[in-house]
Amino acid sequence: MFSFEFMRNAYLAGTLIAIVSGIMGVFVVARNMPFMTHTLSEIGFAGASFGIFIGWTPLNGMLAFTTVSSILVGELSGAVESRRESVISAISGLFIGLGILFLSLSNKNSSYATNILFGSVIGISHQEVVQMAVLSVLVLIVLFFIFRNLKDDSFDAVGAKTNHIHSSIISIIFLVLLAFSVSVAAQIVGSLLIFVLLTLPAASSKYFAHTVLSMMLLAIGFALFGVWFGLYLGYITNWPVTFFIASIEAAIYGGALLYNSIANKSR
Amino acid sequence: MRETLISVENLSLNFPNHQVLSDLSFDVQRGEFLGIIGENGVGKTTLIRVILNQLKPSSGRIRIKDGLRIGYVPQFRNVDVEYPLSIEDFISLNFTGIKLPWLSRKEKQKIQTVIKQVNLEHISKRPLGLASGGEKQKAYLAQALINDPDLLILDESTASLDPNTKRELLDVVLRLNKELGLTIIFVSHDMQVIHEYPDHFLWLTKDGYTSGPISELHNDSKEGEYV
Repeated sequence: MFSFEFMRNAYLAGTLIAIVSGIMGVFVVARNMPFMTHTLSEIGFAGASFGIFIGWTPLNGMLAFTTVSSILVGELSGAVESRRESVISAISGLFIGLGILFLSLSNKNSSYATNILFGSVIGISHQEVVQMAVLSVLVLIVLFFIFRNLKDDSFDAVGAKTNHIHSSIISIIFLVLLAFSVSVAAQIVGSLLIFVLLTLPAASSKYFAHTVLSMMLLAIGFALFGVWFGLYLGYITNWPVTFFIASIEAAIYGGALLYNSIANKSR
Repeated sequence: MRETLISVENLSLNFPNHQVLSDLSFDVQRGEFLGIIGENGVGKTTLIRVILNQLKPSSGRIRIKDGLRIGYVPQFRNVDVEYPLSIEDFISLNFTGIKLPWLSRKEKQKIQTVIKQVNLEHISKRPLGLASGGEKQKAYLAQALINDPDLLILDESTASLDPNTKRELLDVVLRLNKELGLTIIFVSHDMQVIHEYPDHFLWLTKDGYTSGPISELHNDSKEGEYV
């Protein structure tokens, strides 16, 4: 399997994505932002299509759109709860529409759309793996420096306020990091299935681990397992890798919920 | 020797449509256990926010001793039953700043010390979401103790607790006050516990305020509990 360059690239890229997603996912779940992340990812779909339309790589188009919009989307988190969901629906709809428009204008066949929306492992070139590695390392370095303040703001927003942490600055930095992570993760699982890596592993980990660092390690473990095993199953069956990764992560999450309800009963 | 930590002189605070605090003067001395009491809406939390420098007074002034470290336990927290962090890790959240992500040995030791101070050793590894109301309040208290405060402010920390748990928490606070000399400001609308624990009181009402040593707090107010 590793004699094919595309499989080597896919494993390399998948490993990077799993690590970044596991770590970022813990904050996404703590900050209650799975749907915000999903919206960002749909904006990324429009960006990737736009990239194809003007001759960039999908990854660069995605990065441009998600980074710019992450700051605008951040304003939403302050919006009234009841309005937030509707605003998110409007934004998602608009950007998916734009994505379809750009694809149609660029006269590419529909397999491009499928690749961006549902992910593809065959399309990842060595150069893209390098770019993804650079982005991942950048995300990890910034996280390293803001880690403690981000942790306080994410897991105890009320307390963070009394610790004089600038919540709005932390939020913006986090959203830009999220934009990078979404763009990288979408390369494998596609922009419609961003939940699969940026939410599910972290959401599962919180039922087993009770410190931020151990939740991150476990989430990375769940994500890695899904990506590695999913790529392998995809290789031997020729079925879509995304299907396997999504099924594995959903199964882990289901198992975690089951474990939690059994543990609660015996308490 | 008396050492004044906070000195409030003729302080007033107006919101656009109404005045909350009017011509208020009082001092807080080191080692004091001050109970701030009053009905909802008289400005207890507003006063705390002035002390925390989150609000500026409209007139009058407040002087806070240079370098005074304040530990604050807010009234509300977003901790539901699925909240994943252990009590230990929750307490560690207060170690903020641009430092290594993992805790130093000194920080870990400090966490163990405050956990002992609030009697949570037996459940320190349990998720905070599964803790009882009293255990949660103790964890919040421990978190506020982590940076060695001179002054600890508790805002309605006992409001949702049953009488026994209330006493258990306040016994811990009283011990911190007596044994470590920690200065306490305890905000409550519960007359009973204000009579029992603090050594000074500040009673805010719609028309003004009274303050002094706890012995001067009217006895006939003992029965009344404000809601």
